[in-house]
Amino acid sequence: MPETLFGVPFAAFVGQLLVGLINGGFYALMSLGLAIIFGMLHVVNFAHGAQYMLGAFVAWGLLEYAGINYWWSLLLAPLIVGAVGIFLERTMLRRLYHLDHVYALLLTYGFALILEGSFRFKFGATGQPYANPISGGLDTDFAFLPWYRLWVIAASLTVCLLTWFTIERTKLGSYLRAATENPQLVRTFGINVPRMLMLTYGLGVGLAGFSGVMAAPIYQVSPLMGSNLIIVVFAVVVIGGMGSIVGSIVAGFGLGVIEGLTKVFFPEFAGIVVFLAMLITLAVRPNGLFGSTA
Amino acid sequence: MTDPTPMPCLQVRALTGFYGETQALHGVDFEVRTGEVVCLLGRNGAGKTTSLRAVVGLLSRRGGTISINGHSTIGLAPEAIAHLGVAYCPEERGIFASLSVEENLMLPPVLKPGGMGVDEIYALFPNLLQRRTSPGTRLSGGEQQMLAIARILRTGAKLLLLDEPTEGLAPVIVEKIGQTIRLLRDRGFTILMVEQNFRFASRVADRFYVIEEGRAVLDFDREAIATDRERIESLLGI
Repeated sequence: MPETLFGVPFAAFVGQLLVGLINGGFYALMSLGLAIIFGMLHVVNFAHGAQYMLGAFVAWGLLEYAGINYWWSLLLAPLIVGAVGIFLERTMLRRLYHLDHVYALLLTYGFALILEGSFRFKFGATGQPYANPISGGLDTDFAFLPWYRLWVIAASLTVCLLTWFTIERTKLGSYLRAATENPQLVRTFGINVPRMLMLTYGLGVGLAGFSGVMAAPIYQVSPLMGSNLIIVVFAVVVIGGMGSIVGSIVAGFGLGVIEGLTKVFFPEFAGIVVFLAMLITLAVRPNGLFGSTA
Repeated sequence: MTDPTPMPCLQVRALTGFYGETQALHGVDFEVRTGEVVCLLGRNGAGKTTSLRAVVGLLSRRGGTISINGHSTIGLAPEAIAHLGVAYCPEERGIFASLSVEENLMLPPVLKPGGMGVDEIYALFPNLLQRRTSPGTRLSGGEQQMLAIARILRTGAKLLLLDEPTEGLAPVIVEKIGQTIRLLRDRGFTILMVEQNFRFASRVADRFYVIEEGRAVLDFDREAIATDRERIESLLGI
């Protein structure tokens, strides 16, 4: 085992690679949800960060007030957050589909502000801790790899691949892809597209809630955790290509790793490397790495 | 026609329709009886395509009455109308680029019994079988038209709405479409189509309506073409 790599301690390298993969997993899950919602509904869901925060708070609340553990929360919180999303879609968002896209963007942005504001009012800006559900880790010669972090990487990768498979390889996915292209025609085949849009929004938002639960033991559960993340996630979406499923997964993990490794080699650039990548992508491929050129 | 008075499976009365604020249909009347091939003729912009879109529920505002097999459909959503046994093949064909040929074919769900089997459809359109893994929009224009018709044959719908099935296609393909429509008629399908190509339509349709400025101004059957040719051709601007 080498002690250093390009003049950097090997342990630091592996540590930051792991951090990069974890962040990448969150970027991928979050931008995947945004991609699905944008592809089907043409809505830029600015509430995504707030819905991620809501997922973390639901998990925290379930544990705090009802003693429901992390694993149940991983199932329940995305369902609850998804249901809140479906309520938002049914009562407000669907009234805006026939208007310019900017109206839906403003609605979701306003919803995010209200949600984050209320949580801040109730819980304050400081975070609540959430106990790590899997303590311990893998002790190797070069680094200590906490089990929970490995679990986050595996779970986010699995959920991303399952989502990709569902959309690209199943019958349900073919409805989604077709309705993305020509919703009116798909309706004439007897498929209830308005209901599909509602469930798609619920699914995308549920993915944000799922990410929030997974984030709870790593970061603090705080009202602003989502708005910190969402800025980077929008950059990831632009790099991957707006609405592209593969693009959001590849760009999510890729940028997480790039960001992590930048912390090792050029620490002063770590905060801006994602935005630099976005600038370069926009200059070279304005539709993103996997975006359609249409 | 074998049965002189079959029940109309589609009856359209005083149909009005709007695109946004613009009124495109001003009281269209026509009917299609079970087992017939009926063709809507007329100049560009007369309201033929709009009439088909109104029948399948794709106009946001429509008035008058449309009844399909006795069910009034004027207030129904497109997905509910589809469940009454109507299928629609749009003018632009609507083949999905992100779906393979086979995924396009299998996309519309089977809503009623009595649709054609996949093997039967592939036997009818062997090209589609050969190219079933290609993306839908890689097909030639003629193949895309075949696919657009083929995919609505599986669903159990007995009333097919075909919007300009021959538009922009080579004569040999037009001939094949004509054969297909006659075969579907023999198989018990009822067809309402829109055509600009009067020569083609006059060989496959049983009855015709001329649509002009959002109204049906003339209806005649195939026998009348020989006797009334001049009047028909002047109305169509041929």
